[in-house]
Amino acid sequence: MFYREAGQFKASYQADQQIFPIRQDRVAVWALIVFFAAVVPVIADQYWLKAILIPVLIFSLAALGLNILTGYAGQLSLGSAAFMAVGAFGAYNFMLRIDGMPFLLALVMGGLCAAAVGVLFGLPSLRIKGFYLAVATLAAQFFIVWALVKFPWFSNYSSSGVISTQEISILGFVFDGPTSKYMLTLAVVVVLALAAKNMVRSSTGRAWMAVRDMDVAAEVIGIRPMRTKLIAFAVSSFYCGVAGALYAYTYLGTVEPEGFNLDLSFKILFMIIIGGTGSIMGSFLGAAFIVLLPILLDNFVPSLLGDLVSSSFVSNFQLIVFGGMIIFFLIVEPHGLARLWQIGKEKLRLWPFPH
Amino acid sequence: MQFFLEVLIGGLLSGVLYALVALGFVLIFKASGVFNFAQGAMVFFAALTFVGFQEVLPGWTGLEEGGSAVFWLAFALALVSMIILGILTEKIVLRPLVNQPHITLFMATIGLSYLIEGIAQGVWGANVRGLDLGIEDVPVEWLMESSNILVSKFDLVAAGIAGVLVASLALLFQYTKIGRALRAVADDHQAALSIGIPLQHIWVIVWGVAGFVALIAGMIWGARNGVQFALTYTALKALPVLILGGFTSVPGAIVGGLIIGASEKLAEVYVGPFVGGGIESWFPYVLALLFLLVRPEGLFGEKHIDRV
Amino acid sequence: MMTNDMAVADAGQQATGRRIGGVILDLQKISLSFGGVKALTDISFDVREHEIRAIIGPNGAGKSSMLNVINGVYHPQQGDIVFHGETRHEMDPHKAAKQGIARTFQNIALFKGMSVLDNIMTGRNLKMKTNLLQHALFWGAAQREEIEHRKKVEEVIDFLEIQSIRKTPVGRLPYGLQKRVELGRALAAEPSMLLLDEPMAGMNVEEKQDMSRFILDVNDQFGTTIVLIEHDMGVVMDISDRVVVLDYGKKIGDGTPEEVMANPDVIAAYLGTSH
Repeated sequence: MFYREAGQFKASYQADQQIFPIRQDRVAVWALIVFFAAVVPVIADQYWLKAILIPVLIFSLAALGLNILTGYAGQLSLGSAAFMAVGAFGAYNFMLRIDGMPFLLALVMGGLCAAAVGVLFGLPSLRIKGFYLAVATLAAQFFIVWALVKFPWFSNYSSSGVISTQEISILGFVFDGPTSKYMLTLAVVVVLALAAKNMVRSSTGRAWMAVRDMDVAAEVIGIRPMRTKLIAFAVSSFYCGVAGALYAYTYLGTVEPEGFNLDLSFKILFMIIIGGTGSIMGSFLGAAFIVLLPILLDNFVPSLLGDLVSSSFVSNFQLIVFGGMIIFFLIVEPHGLARLWQIGKEKLRLWPFPH
Repeated sequence: MQFFLEVLIGGLLSGVLYALVALGFVLIFKASGVFNFAQGAMVFFAALTFVGFQEVLPGWTGLEEGGSAVFWLAFALALVSMIILGILTEKIVLRPLVNQPHITLFMATIGLSYLIEGIAQGVWGANVRGLDLGIEDVPVEWLMESSNILVSKFDLVAAGIAGVLVASLALLFQYTKIGRALRAVADDHQAALSIGIPLQHIWVIVWGVAGFVALIAGMIWGARNGVQFALTYTALKALPVLILGGFTSVPGAIVGGLIIGASEKLAEVYVGPFVGGGIESWFPYVLALLFLLVRPEGLFGEKHIDRV
Repeated sequence: MMTNDMAVADAGQQATGRRIGGVILDLQKISLSFGGVKALTDISFDVREHEIRAIIGPNGAGKSSMLNVINGVYHPQQGDIVFHGETRHEMDPHKAAKQGIARTFQNIALFKGMSVLDNIMTGRNLKMKTNLLQHALFWGAAQREEIEHRKKVEEVIDFLEIQSIRKTPVGRLPYGLQKRVELGRALAAEPSMLLLDEPMAGMNVEEKQDMSRFILDVNDQFGTTIVLIEHDMGVVMDISDRVVVLDYGKKIGDGTPEEVMANPDVIAAYLGTSH
């Protein structure tokens, strides 16, 4: 009854182009941002900030990156974690080797490194239709982790490639506690999410979707498939790279190349499948789901079954639950949680009158 | 030169196994258009199931531990498990996803590989197992005496078994009724259906064959390196093999497998020391990528023409 | 609406309703084969400015292949293509689009995951000049450009009378409307030449009448040259200026609808295959 667009007329194309055309949605989104920016830092404890909110935000960003590629441009990457690694080690080296390097610039540079590496691996494989990018990103996954371990320059000659990130300070303010790191992460993620939304609603995004849906028709309109896919892959790698740098700087503090393994790449893929491919919000929902699910499983499965189960059973159980959910979602709701949310909203629009 | 030959032969012999796994992949890809990422998980599942049955069977049946009766019984049970796995995959995963975009099916097989790995380790445990096929890992004597080249007897026998399988699969595909049906399905699903080829049966058959192939490969690799999770990564190298050979080509899978096997060993031995070693993990993939630049359709693949 | 062609169209209307100009597309001895199978053999014909040129022929005659050669989706093994006085061995889809060739497909090739509006907006992609970074900001130039092109697209939407479905995902539309949206996407590019591959296939009589009217209006109002493939002989006779007939990849007739219908080879081809 209260959620409906009746009476809200668009008098200009500008008004019609808004990200959230329905006024109630705009109010809700602003309320959400205010809540996470002003209320959460006050009420959340250290554990919530460090172990849940910061990683959810960072993985949302990585998932957003993959979603641009997979959900919007229709290409599959199995190397998201490797591009996160490039971003993390890239930002680390810029901070290390350039005096007075501003942190935010290092973040951007980390992302650009990831984009450049992405283009390198994308070039041979995106010329051709099919699953070649998946294999190329597997190559990137294995090669990048190997290179970061084997060439000690990347980690400033620490043992087995482990890096400990430098202190973050912006304009003299030091981000050392979980609250300030959370705020920084939130700010970066919100800005990049907005940029992503802007890209997908402009001609860039339409070109991505056109190539995804029908590449021959796109080509005939004058969209170059190879170029379009390559741009999507570069932007996607940039997002993953920034996410990786945040992962190192605001989440873990100490990372090693092996931490960015194939398993992490799959986790990011699962986030967009469960959250919803081709949806910005789906990236956030999926990241929250995949970060929270293991925590729930770890806490509840042993307490339900008591001493009957070993910890290895719990980890296998996780594999089964993840795998099963992926198949379930692909069959039952290929557009994921975001679509379920959408359906809920449509229902709400009609409520309480069903027709 | 002699050392080079040893490395080359060792690589070619291991390449036969890549060819075998790639062939399982090609069969599924041709018959159902599914890019089966779970191939690696299937290899792991098969090997673990075989070893698992070998462990528990003496206790269940009173048969002599390590005897040939246990071996063959475990083999048979593992094979049955793989066929059941194939049937379940067809029923639970593929059938509901029929006519979905290829990318959806691909992602589903990634989910499937998690599911298979979780079930395998959940049932049999996650610890690394040894696997004894009763073939000694010693140099072949006559080769040693005649030309002073070291070739492992184990590798030779394993390659022999895999080679026979590769050949029989290729023949099956080319000359039998099932093979013809398979090729018809690969060409055109609709047309095959309309002349009465039961698509579902074909899918069960190819997944069963892929399961069998996974079992053989898993047993051989497991005997070499131990039955462990890393097997899934070994089997993933079937993917670069396919890029090299062309995704739909049976001879491509064979030649591609040999090239990947030989080149990764040569690269490891001759290039590896200069860059810190361990390049086997990525070399096949990067080689495949470079190959894409030269010949995108693969050695034996057909150029695809879109009908618009 | 389409300012560039306005003057031409006006001039045309003053004279005979439409003024057919000189040859703008000349196909010379085009041969195309796929792995040994010949799709087109030695085909030559031309298209004049502002005319409606139909390609007809039985199934498998090579009609769609011909369109694919014209806008560069297929590359012929032999022959030359002269477009706007420039001789080329083969066209390239991107260049063809840039030079003002737009088309629709026999099996609707819309972008299924997008709305009607977004589908038609893609037709204007080539004309949009802002870059990725400007899009990410969506401020100033990028937003202005988006609005400016949205206005053009709304004109197309008005022209095709599909205002009520502009926000609908195209996958949910009935077949006839999808065909109309696809025409809209092509028109949004303000093409000088429009290739239509069976625009009326699978339509009922009313839908066919609507579509014929749109095609004639496009030709009439904007002076767009139209090359179309059509099976319905009634429609072809009604709307086309000249007809080329293909059979088994060879040209068997060329001329006005009346001439072609009187051609014994054409009659034989049609009687031999469809009756």
